[in-house]
This record gives sequence, C-alpha cells and structure tokens, in this order.
Amino acid sequence: MSQNTTIQQPSVMLANVSRRRFMQGLAVSGALVMAARWDLAMADDSPNAAQKYGGDAMPHGWVDNPNVFISLAADGKITLINHRAEMGQGIRTSIVMVLADELGADWQLVSVEQAQANEEKYGNQNTDGSRSMRHWFDPMRRAGAAMRQMLEQAAANHWHVAASDCLATVHQVVHEPTGRSLSFGELAAAAAALEVPARDSLRLKTTDQWRYINQLPKAYPESNQQQPLAVDGWDIVTGKAKYAADVEFDNMLYAVIARPPSYGSAVKSWDDSETLKVDGVVKVIALPTASQPSAFEPLGGVAVLATNTWAAIKGRNALKVEWDKGPAGDNGRYDSSTFSQQMQQTAQLPGKVVRQQGDFVAAQQQANSTFKAEYYAPHMAQAPMEPPAAIVRIQQTDNGIKADVWTSVQNPQLARDGVAKRLGLQPTDVTVNCALLGGGFGRKAKPDYVFEAADLSKAMGGRPVRVQWTREDDLHHSFFHTVALEHFEATFDQQQAVSGWLHRSVSPSIYSLFAPGVKLQSDMEVDQGIRNLPFDIPAIQAESGEAPGHVRIGWFRSVYNIPHAFGIQSFVAELAHKAGRDHKEFLLQLLGPDRQIDPRSQQVVWNYGENPELYPIDTGRFRGVIEKATKEAGWGKKLPKNRGLGLAVHQSFVSYCAVVMDVEVSDAGEVIIHRADIAFDCGPQINPDRVRSQLEGACVMGVGIGLMTQITAKDGAIEQGNFHQYLVPRINQAPKQIHTWAVNASNMSLPLGGVGEPGLPPIAPALCNAIFAATGKRIRNLPVGNQLAS
Amino acid sequence: MISVTINGEQRQFDVPADTPILWVLRDFAKLTGSRFGCGMALCGACTVHLDGQPIRSCVSPISMAAGKHITTIEAIENDSIGRRVQQAWMDEAVAQCGYCQSGQIMSAVALLKQHPNPTDAQIDTAMAGNICRCGTYTRIRSAIHRAAGQRTASAEQTSNRNSDLFTEVKA
Repeated sequence: MSQNTTIQQPSVMLANVSRRRFMQGLAVSGALVMAARWDLAMADDSPNAAQKYGGDAMPHGWVDNPNVFISLAADGKITLINHRAEMGQGIRTSIVMVLADELGADWQLVSVEQAQANEEKYGNQNTDGSRSMRHWFDPMRRAGAAMRQMLEQAAANHWHVAASDCLATVHQVVHEPTGRSLSFGELAAAAAALEVPARDSLRLKTTDQWRYINQLPKAYPESNQQQPLAVDGWDIVTGKAKYAADVEFDNMLYAVIARPPSYGSAVKSWDDSETLKVDGVVKVIALPTASQPSAFEPLGGVAVLATNTWAAIKGRNALKVEWDKGPAGDNGRYDSSTFSQQMQQTAQLPGKVVRQQGDFVAAQQQANSTFKAEYYAPHMAQAPMEPPAAIVRIQQTDNGIKADVWTSVQNPQLARDGVAKRLGLQPTDVTVNCALLGGGFGRKAKPDYVFEAADLSKAMGGRPVRVQWTREDDLHHSFFHTVALEHFEATFDQQQAVSGWLHRSVSPSIYSLFAPGVKLQSDMEVDQGIRNLPFDIPAIQAESGEAPGHVRIGWFRSVYNIPHAFGIQSFVAELAHKAGRDHKEFLLQLLGPDRQIDPRSQQVVWNYGENPELYPIDTGRFRGVIEKATKEAGWGKKLPKNRGLGLAVHQSFVSYCAVVMDVEVSDAGEVIIHRADIAFDCGPQINPDRVRSQLEGACVMGVGIGLMTQITAKDGAIEQGNFHQYLVPRINQAPKQIHTWAVNASNMSLPLGGVGEPGLPPIAPALCNAIFAATGKRIRNLPVGNQLAS
Repeated sequence: MISVTINGEQRQFDVPADTPILWVLRDFAKLTGSRFGCGMALCGACTVHLDGQPIRSCVSPISMAAGKHITTIEAIENDSIGRRVQQAWMDEAVAQCGYCQSGQIMSAVALLKQHPNPTDAQIDTAMAGNICRCGTYTRIRSAIHRAAGQRTASAEQTSNRNSDLFTEVKA
C-alpha cells in the first residue's frame, strides 16, 4: 500500500454564491425555493434591493470606465481589453469592435489583451447564458465614446479652440474650421490625463457612423488578416493560439487523475507499485471525495504526477484502485435506462403545478377529442474539443504567498475566489490568466479542474502542476446535461381547435448539484420554454414531476430548452397531423394574434434575468421567424419520395429562432440533411458574421442531439468513454447547406437578445418533424440512433 | 535517443519508444499547435504529416518517426498549398474556438495534395476523421473549395450566405 500523501478534505465551498443569502434562503424558504432564486441571490446581497435586471443584476455589474478597457500609446497603437471568456463565439473580436468603432480607432492599430480574473475592476466576467453582448454592448459603447471625447478635448486644449469644433475621425482628431489634425498617438498622453466625461454628456455614434458594428464581412477588406472578422484567426490557423494546456511553468509536473466511477464514491484502497515504475512518474496522491451535493468541488480520486503528460497517462493506466461505492448511495447503482422508466411512471401522476391558466380539467371534460404523447431526451456531455486543463503554481514572494493560475474557464472569478479559499489566500493573491477556451458549451463554467490543480500544487509544496483531463475523464465525469421525460396532453374542442394543453416535465434539476433533496425543476428551468410557452390556448397547465439527480447535472448549451423545445415542437407537429392541418398554419394559429405578453402573466419568474417590460414574449417575432424560415425553405413544395421538410420554432435567451430542415431518409434508414433554413431574430446584430457562425454551429450540434448524441449510465458508471461511443456529428453528417436569415438585425428599437444558445433548441424537433414528413415515422426518443433502420 | 526531423530541423529525444508523437511534440519539442482531443485517433485534432502523409500523432509512437520528417501546423505555411488553405480559412472565417482547426488544416492540405479539385463527397470522406464540436463543417467545405480555386455549390453557398444577411441586415 502506498505511503503517499493524502490531502485533507477542503472545506465545502460555494464560490461566488452569496453564502449568507444562500443560508438565509435555506432557512426561510426551504432549499428548493432558494435554489430557484440562486441567480438572484448571486446578483444582489442587500435584503431590500430593488429588482435589477440584465447586466445590472450580475455580480459586480458592468463597468464603462474607458481607462479600464482602453490604453493609448504615443506611437498610435491602441490596446483594448476583452474581459469575457472566448470559447468560439468570437467575443474577443466583437467586444473590441464595439470599443474600436465608438472610439474611432483604425483596426490595423488595435491589439487585444485578455483580462485576468478581476470583476472588481472589469465588472462581471461570467461568460454563459448568451449574455456577453446583451449586457456589454451599451457599456462598451460608452467607454469608447468617452475616450473619443477625451481625445477631442485634448486636441481642443492643445489648439486652444472649442471642443465642439474638434471631431475624431479615424485615429485622428480634426479641427474642422482649419482642417488641422492630431493623431490619436499624439494626443494619447494628454487625453489619458483628462477626467472621464459624465455619462449624460456622451455622444454615441449614430448607426450610419458605424464602421464595424452591425456590418457584414464583405464590408471589410478582402483577405486581410487583421480584419475585425477574427482577432485570433491567424493565430488559430498557424497553431500559435494558446489554450490552457499550451502554457508551462519551469519545473512543472503533469497530473492525470483516476476519479471515482460513480458520483460520490470514494477511494477504498490503491496500489501504485506498477505506476511508480513508469519512467517519469514522480508521485501518487489520493484526493478526498467531495461530499454530496458537491457543487463545483472536485470528485476526488487518485492523482498521478509525472514529468510529462504521457508518463502521467501511462502511470494512471498502471494504477489499481478499489472504489467504495457506499458513500455514493443510489448513484452507485444509477442505470439511465431504468431511470427513464421511473420518469415515465412519474409522468403519469400529477406533479407540482408551475403554471395554470384556465381550467385544463374542464377542457378535458368538454373535449371533442384528446391526444397524449411523451418525449424523452437523454443525458449528454458538452465534450468541448479541448478537454479541461489547468495549471496552478504557488510561490512565496516578497509580498507573501501568491498563486498563479493558467486555465480556460467561462467564469474566471469563480476560479480565482475558489482557489483563494482552498489555499487560505485572499482573492487578490491569486492571479487567474485566461487562455482561449477550446470550446466551453457550459462545461467550463465549472472550475473543478482548476481546484484539482490547486490542491495538487499545494500538496507538492507549491510546485507548478498542470492537471490534464483525458477525453475519457471528460465523458465519464462531466457535469452532464439533464435527462428529461416530457409528457403532453391536449384537448380539441368541437371546432377542432386546441382548447387545453398539459405539459408535465420530469427532469433532474441543476440545483441538485447545490442543495440536498432537490427533485423538482427550478423556476429558472421551467422558465426555459414551459412557462413562457407563447400559445393562445384557453386552458394551459404546466407541472414539474419529481426526479432526483444521480450524476452531477450541469449547464449544457441552451440547457433545459433542449428537452422542452423538443417536446413542445414535436407535440405541436403531432397535433397538426392529428387535426389534418398544415403544420405551419397550425403553429401560427396556436400562437394567435401578434401581441406582446408580459412573462409575469404566465408565472414566469426568471425571463433570462431580463426586464419583462423590455423583453416581453412577442408572438409577432415568433411569427416573423416562422414566416421567414418557411418562405426561404419553400415550405409546401413537392419533394421526392423519402424526403420531407420539418419545422420548429423556439424562443430562448430572449431571442427567437425558427428552423426548417430538408431531410431525406434512405431505405437503410440513413438521414441525409440537404439543407437547413434558420431564421433568427435576436434584435440588432453587432457582429453579424459571428451571429451566423453561432447559428451554423448550433445547427450542427443540434443535428447531433437529434441523431446520435447521448450519455448513458449503468451500474453507476457512464458507458461512453471516447468518440467511438459518444457520437457527435462529423462533416459527412452535417447539413449539406445551412442558410441563416436575419430578422430585425438592424432594428435598433429592439433590445439585444442572446446569440450563442438560442439557435440550438429548435434543431432536433425540426429534424424529427422532417423525418416524420419523409417517412411517417415519429421520433419520440432522442437520439434517432437506429430507430429508422428497417 | 530517437532522431527525427521536425519542420525541417533535426531533433533528438530521449523518451520511451512508445511515447506518442503528439506528446513528444507538445511536452518535449514545445510545439503546442498540435492538439490533444481524444488520444485514440478518433477526433483528428492531433493530425500532423509524417513524410507528407497525414497521421494521428496521438496514437503514433515516436519510434515510427525515427529518421523521418514530421511537419506540423507551425510550419505548414511554408507549403504553398498549406498557405492557401490557411488563407482560405481566414477568408471564410472558419474557426470558432479554433482548437480542432490545426488538425482540420493538416487534413485539408493532405486532401488537396491528393485531389487538387475535390468534390464535396471527397471532402467529406477525407475530413470525416476530424471532429469540430463548434460545428464549422459547412465553412470547412467552402474553405477547401476556395483553397482549390473552385466555384462549386459550396463556394456559391458562401456568397449566398453573405447575401442572405446583406439583404436582411441592411433592409
């Protein structure tokens, strides 16, 4: 038996959650209500604070001080800070574009610097919920405009003329009456010394003055590596881009960890005699199992530390670990197939009512006919192409103990505060350097891997340690997308109109990760498509059925919108078919007349954190994207045998998306996607090409959700170990063509909506509706897998 | 001691013979452009060229490269096709997170050396071993056609895509 080190159990931590408010909530309202209010609790700590929305409601809010984000150099070079996590959405380009445009900067002279974790300085940095541009467009415009006005003032001071006669053009300020000019570089020092102008004195550019914002790529110079299209483009195509594992410190060790197969199981014993024979292995360290619910605590296990990654992997392969399933309880027996049957049984019984409008029971009694259906959506892993990795180094310096972190995380502050807490340091003693994320999709919103690196560096006396997750680690130990059973009943009246709608949703909650005993979906979760259902139906009842979590459940791009939209949009298509109606016309009739619905009137609590008055449920915008997608796809056109069009629409993250898929199913059951037409209304598009790329990517990921992607569990362990078992779309399975159609893209009277997530939820139901149109076969269980094989 | 030529430079490594080329490149040669995605030749993020042929470096032992030439993403711009492919990737703004794109580009260069005028079907076949979780596949097709100097359905789609948005954004 090993004589190696065992780390003491760190204190349970709920980083970045207001602990006081959390405990208060548990005491006052019970765990469930508190869990449901978690987002609000994060937002504001004062008991009587007025309701805040959007960026105002996020921890540390927003910052629009130009001196925080913009630095001018005397040689004319401008450095702009991006403080949000870059995971492929292009935010490093888009945020900086906004600053540069308002400032009047020449893009060729701009460089981008990635902020470290520091919300006290930069404002909120938690990059999820499709919020970056929605929350930061206005503050970034103000920061850019403020610095532009400071440059104009500096020029006016230099020439002893009125500032109103000095106009910033492109990288210079011109004195209009005389035509004299000074470059931004010449003005840099003087401008930086000026007071930041008051917000109400800022003159934002008018939309016709924009050079980068809301512009299309063809407006940029062709073949220009420096174009705003992609700040990191050239680094990416030359291999120079730096992700978490591309940085190293001197004397660094490489760690790979054998983690418990079931959520909550512990190390019983281990034998590292073969491991220690592996060339390069330095040490084996057992880590404590996190108590449940574990929040973002590491799972524990046994770590192998070596002088290179391959030695650590080989060392772990040679390790013999006996696991104790006892502490895992039911999780140690988790079988996702049995669990789906349990969820189905639960769905037969009334659940907790989360929305009630009209009288569904009466609608049932008076119905001419009724229709029921159930839909299943499995667990998934986010599986970003870059598996989690983090480096931590702890050093004694002249100013005390300091920790340096290099990692790729969606929420840098959470990583910083968590590392500080477990190392007994102040947050200001911890530097979190933010590398590019090789994909996130929600997985990297949970910094457990950073905490593993901190614990191991501490165990090694501060020596730099890089924790590298393998793909097997990523798939076995993700914070999984939930699993869901969506039960529907509808009633038709004498006129064959839908008179009643029951949606009973059974799905483990993400809040089971934070509080014990959580079995119902939270407000945030039922507000993802269930309560904010836009249909004009007299009787609507929505219920949540009990389902405990048996794995770590976590955010996955679009989150609960995925199963909710799959159920709702499939069920509507089935109802249309039953009624003998065209799906599109039937869907538009369910939406009813164009109107703006106050989400609160439908018992919506969350509304994606946005003001319900600014962001109502707008059925006209639903209709707009449906009309656009169906028109461009040629809805109603004749198609060859085995080919069909499928439609779905969904609103999420306060944006609207409709999709028509054109699908062929071969005699062997192979699905060929000829074309996808995606109409998207997120209001004004700041960087239209990156909006489009997010929609294209969401479409491909959604095709995977529809056709092949799932995680299953047996005997408490995840069955998929790598990409031969966990199937994600490859290029030959992607749509042949994806067309994206922007609606309201320059309509500045609308507030900004989210972009990264809302393209995903309608894809799988549109795909399955198209499969039905092509074959008459209705898919109610995701993924399609081999259900079409004859 | 194993001797290999990496990007034209002769290097020697004192590593076990079974060490995958990927980890020699990343941990010993400090060339981090080749990415670790799966470790089982399933995702293609680690693709490099061995004597001009694309291989999955995560499962290819360094012993296999003894006395041979390895080319990685860091040097592909010295190759005329490589440079064209990189530029096409820029022009189509293919990358999202970018993590898989080193491998995608190395596979695309190998494809174009074999098929200078590839069809969509040839692209799909050659590129099916490279996973992109961000889902950039339609742009990858367009970029490969662009690098090949073709005007095909995919290439047309690119210009269509622009006009899709152009009419709407400026309407």
